[in-house]
Amino acid sequence: MPAMTVLSAPALATAFKPADVDYSAIAPMLIVIAGALIGVLVEAFAPRRHRHVIQVSLALVSLVAAFVVLVTVSADEAHRGGTLAQAVIIDGPALFLQGAILLMAALGVLTMAEKFGGQGADAFTPMGAAVPGSPHEAAALRAGLATSEVFPLTLFSVVGMLLFPAAGDLLTMFVALEVLSLPLYLLCGLARRRRLLSQEASLKYFLLGAFSSAFFLFGAALLYGYAGSLYLADIATAVRAANGALEGLLLPGVVLVLVGLLFKVGAVPFHSWTPDVYQGAPTPVTGFMAACTKVAAFGAILRVVYVGVEANRWDWRGGVIAVAALTMVVGAVLSVTQTDVKRLLAYSSIAHAGFILVAVLAFDRTGVSGTMFYLVAYGFTTIAGFAVVSLVRQGGSEASHLSQWAGLGRNHPVVAGVFAFLLLAFAGIPLTSGFAAKYAAFAPAISFGGRSGVALVIIGVLCSVITAFVYVRLIVLMYFTEPPAGEVVVAETASPFTTVAITIGTLVTLVLGILPAQVLDLAERSSQFLVK
Amino acid sequence: MSNPYVPLLFLLAIGGGFAVFSVGAAAVSGPKRYNRAKLDAYECGIEPTPQAAGGGRVPIKYYLTAMLFIIFDIESVFLYPFAVAFNQLGLFALVEMVLFILTVFVAYAYVWRRGGLEWD
Amino acid sequence: MTSLAHLATADGAATAATGVTAYAWLLVALPLLGAAVLLFGGRATDKWGPLFATAMSWAAFVVGFVVWLAMLGRDGEDRAAHLHLFNWVPAGSFNLDAGMLVDQLSVTFVLLVTFVGSLIHVYSIGYMEHDPDKRRFFAYLNLFVAAMLLLVLADSYLLLYVGWEGVGLASYLLIGFWNHNPAYATAANKAFVVNRVGDFGLSVGIMIMFAAFGTVTFAGVQQAAEGGAGEGVLTAIGLMLLLGACGKSAQFPLQSWLGDAMAGPTPVSALIHAATMVTAGVYLVVRSSFVFDHAPNAQLAVVIVGAITLIFGAIVGCAKDDIKKALAASTMSQIGYMMLAAGLGPVGYAFAIFHLLTHGFFKAGMFLGAGSVMHGMNDQVDMRRFGGLSGAMKITWITFGLGWLAILGVPPFSGFWSKDKIIEAAFIGEGWRPWVFGGAALIGAGITAFYMSRLFFMTFHGTKRWQTDGDDAVHPHESPRTMTIPMMVLAVGSGLLGLVLSLGGTFTHWLEPVVGGHEEGEHPVLPVWLLMTLTLLLVAGGVLLAWMRYWRDEVPQVQPTGSLATRAARRDLYQDDVNEGVFMRPGLHLTRALVFADTRGVDGGVGGLAALVGGTSSRLRRLQNGFARSYALTMLAGVVVILGAMWVIQ
Repeated sequence: MPAMTVLSAPALATAFKPADVDYSAIAPMLIVIAGALIGVLVEAFAPRRHRHVIQVSLALVSLVAAFVVLVTVSADEAHRGGTLAQAVIIDGPALFLQGAILLMAALGVLTMAEKFGGQGADAFTPMGAAVPGSPHEAAALRAGLATSEVFPLTLFSVVGMLLFPAAGDLLTMFVALEVLSLPLYLLCGLARRRRLLSQEASLKYFLLGAFSSAFFLFGAALLYGYAGSLYLADIATAVRAANGALEGLLLPGVVLVLVGLLFKVGAVPFHSWTPDVYQGAPTPVTGFMAACTKVAAFGAILRVVYVGVEANRWDWRGGVIAVAALTMVVGAVLSVTQTDVKRLLAYSSIAHAGFILVAVLAFDRTGVSGTMFYLVAYGFTTIAGFAVVSLVRQGGSEASHLSQWAGLGRNHPVVAGVFAFLLLAFAGIPLTSGFAAKYAAFAPAISFGGRSGVALVIIGVLCSVITAFVYVRLIVLMYFTEPPAGEVVVAETASPFTTVAITIGTLVTLVLGILPAQVLDLAERSSQFLVK
Repeated sequence: MSNPYVPLLFLLAIGGGFAVFSVGAAAVSGPKRYNRAKLDAYECGIEPTPQAAGGGRVPIKYYLTAMLFIIFDIESVFLYPFAVAFNQLGLFALVEMVLFILTVFVAYAYVWRRGGLEWD
Repeated sequence: MTSLAHLATADGAATAATGVTAYAWLLVALPLLGAAVLLFGGRATDKWGPLFATAMSWAAFVVGFVVWLAMLGRDGEDRAAHLHLFNWVPAGSFNLDAGMLVDQLSVTFVLLVTFVGSLIHVYSIGYMEHDPDKRRFFAYLNLFVAAMLLLVLADSYLLLYVGWEGVGLASYLLIGFWNHNPAYATAANKAFVVNRVGDFGLSVGIMIMFAAFGTVTFAGVQQAAEGGAGEGVLTAIGLMLLLGACGKSAQFPLQSWLGDAMAGPTPVSALIHAATMVTAGVYLVVRSSFVFDHAPNAQLAVVIVGAITLIFGAIVGCAKDDIKKALAASTMSQIGYMMLAAGLGPVGYAFAIFHLLTHGFFKAGMFLGAGSVMHGMNDQVDMRRFGGLSGAMKITWITFGLGWLAILGVPPFSGFWSKDKIIEAAFIGEGWRPWVFGGAALIGAGITAFYMSRLFFMTFHGTKRWQTDGDDAVHPHESPRTMTIPMMVLAVGSGLLGLVLSLGGTFTHWLEPVVGGHEEGEHPVLPVWLLMTLTLLLVAGGVLLAWMRYWRDEVPQVQPTGSLATRAARRDLYQDDVNEGVFMRPGLHLTRALVFADTRGVDGGVGGLAALVGGTSSRLRRLQNGFARSYALTMLAGVVVILGAMWVIQ
């Protein structure tokens, strides 16, 4: 009866040993937490009219400071390895992904800060708790209230994202998952316009997110039952020994844990929330979510797969291969019939998740670096893309229906040009980061993925042809179609915040397309997972 | 029958069977004479309060209070084992605990300043 | 520096670039700089932008010329040089450097692209004078030149792919340059999407190379191909490369976009859709000679594609009344000749490139001539409204006439030297092949003579079918100097280039180190003098027929109904209809529900495929019904299916 021995509580006689904490290694996370907590206090005590400025600067300062500290820490090999009783493992992939998350989150904060001359952040409702269309809401609007809580909420979410790819055991990973998710659920419901859609998105995301968390937890429990430990390192040892009496628990455990993680990246068939949530959420939040959540969740997938259960990959690989193929095909095919630009980008993000999974399934160090490079390339492009979407307006609210984008290139050549460039990057046309990323992701799959890797790559290339068609159609729509009659669709003049975000995102897309060497090299050097 | 979980399964089956039997037997054999008091919601034997505004839903403030309760509840859950093992834990744990409580108080301050504790 | 070492061991031919050759990167950088300045400079560069772009293009030509001179200074075996640019993708197992391969083949292209390109820049100064957006036009032209040079100078398939996409993009931008006209926008879109099909082939080919050989440099693949790689792999690579070449070079069955691409400004048609970009497919096949030489089946496919296209294009050319579309059909057909030659193996490579070169001159010259005619005729393109223009536009008439004689293959003009050689080469071999392919090439020459003469006579001779007064009055006049001088230069090339380059086999010897020599002792199945006589007779017959029908007789101003064959040819031999019937109709039935603002955006077969995908898409879309409960159910079903499948597999 092995189960009973585990259940009986050990006596408290053993002396308490405090876990040794490498404060430098986790300093980036601590800085962001501190920023978030101070942000909450600012909400409580700072006068209303100063809050926006304080919150934005606070968020930016803490993210940038965390990044600077991260860079400093990563230079010193001594800080690599497990800390906090192996709950957190700081290694190459963790540092690389954390850095990416911090930079993208900073861009995300910049887009959220956009005011368009109003009193608060333009994308967010003045009062999140008020019933849409109620007198309360109207009153809040008149009073010029602003939901500046979005910035601390974003920071909290970033903390979870930083922890997610660095988690050394499944429990920490679960905590990170919840810490990153809960603020996002809230953020999704705070759109200023089309409140009902936004609240629906929030609720859906929450319900399905909770559902997927349950899968993750159940899987973690099964793996605990199998290995007798939640540490990925111990699970790996147990899998390699493969002498457990409870062999039957392993496979369901792996599958369920992966389901919980695949939900976060929006892989088919766990993707249904993506289009609804991407469409309903405030556009800057969508951009932030699309970029950073993907990075964090793929980081976690990489760690679980490469550190924890790599040894029996032949047993569960088939399922993930099927998911990857399905994800690419469904994402690409469904993007064809979308009529809303945010939903279109949502399906495109699903397809991209499939492309990244192809790299993950290479089971080689180059697969890790390919995944990480793809995440960086895709993330920057996405944030810039959604920022452009938030600029295009009709009658004060976002013109997200595709027909409203017709002829945009005539009136706003720069905005349309930037968007066209970003779309070309999504399509993977050379001289954009998308091309370099697809190359980096597909090459290891061909080299190390065996026959299934080659098959996945061929599916991937076919799907990119389909998605390229979708993007080109949108470009044609912007440039070669007559604008619709009636109210004119305009691209708002962006404040420096959004301008900077779009510029950086676009520049990164361009630079990574022409000279990907530096970042690829960095990804390559940071692709070694540490077990302890 | 070496598996230790088999008795548990038996217990589960017996318990479930009992519940189904009792409810079913009452429904089949019991007399059915309804009156106003019987159909009312049961609130600890006292007169039920009138329906909440807005179509019978509990106001959101109720949940707010419930959640605040949970936060402080959990705080005390963490405080208890800490207090029990205080002697062994030493200064390090004290500092950690103070930080923990401070964190919770940040939330408290926010709720207080933003009117979460006012009921009207 | 891995790939450099690779090269050195691979064939010993490419040595590191030194001296002026080390500055070959300027070839790409200069026009790119021009494009960047004009695009980012905005309205400020309106005034001097076009001149600047032209100067950049000429500067690239000068660099190319100097590099060529430097190459001539070296011995035949040492002429190929490799220029390492930077470490492009340095990620462990897939290390790749960006580099340039400056050898005889690429320098030939560099000279062609920069020289013809620069002339067309000059021509455009006149042609686009009144266009408010000409700055953008010149920026795109420069962008095109840069991308095309990158394509031909690349030392690896991946870098070539970058240039390949770049020229596609530039061509797309230029076809749709007058995008206020929806039909033109549609044409641009069609060109782009058809090209994506070809590009898909190329990218799959590159991936197979990478999977099989672990390298994508020319030298590396050559080494692998010659080092006993499996024929199956090489055939697969060859077929995929051929698919890419078909897309870019408008070869059967991906030829449908070239006619529509004539919507772009005429200088664009001359530069991109006649002289340079559309020949990139031929370049790709010749550059990959090491693959095709070891994959006979893929090589046969190249010949077949070439033969079909050359006849197909010639037939279509006979029926078109739009002067530019007739020229486009002729381009298609002439590239068919090059493809055919390239598919013949070492016998034909040099002639393929030779014909490409002469064709670049005479076809560009004729397109510019067509542009000049349109310029003088209020942008009229219908040849039935021309006639008797030889008096009004003397220079255009003479320059066009030289191009006409060249494409006919009349000695001693350029086409004679290149096309006749291809016909001869097509007759070399055993069994049925020389008869079929040689026959196709021979008959093609006759049809070419007919339709080109038809075009020439309908435009410049016969009765005048235009009025100088009334509603559609035109006043034909000669074009300005900036337009006529490039035409004259190209006409000189049409006249003399072939003769000069073939004296003593200069050109074939020049290319020999790259594409391999043609062994003496292989003779056509028919004697050479007989072939030459047959060709000339067929050409004379074609000209005579055209003379009778389009010069001597009255040409009706309204298109007659014509025979079944004529009607078929007018409609591009039903290519779009076939596409529509096979792909589009079934797709359309699936997508009745699909309402989209831009359904007319893409037509033909491409639209059909898209419609098919769209149909699947709108069905799948119903799963996305917006209910959280259904979503949760989908997730649960997914989990159950995956778990169940694993259970079963175990």
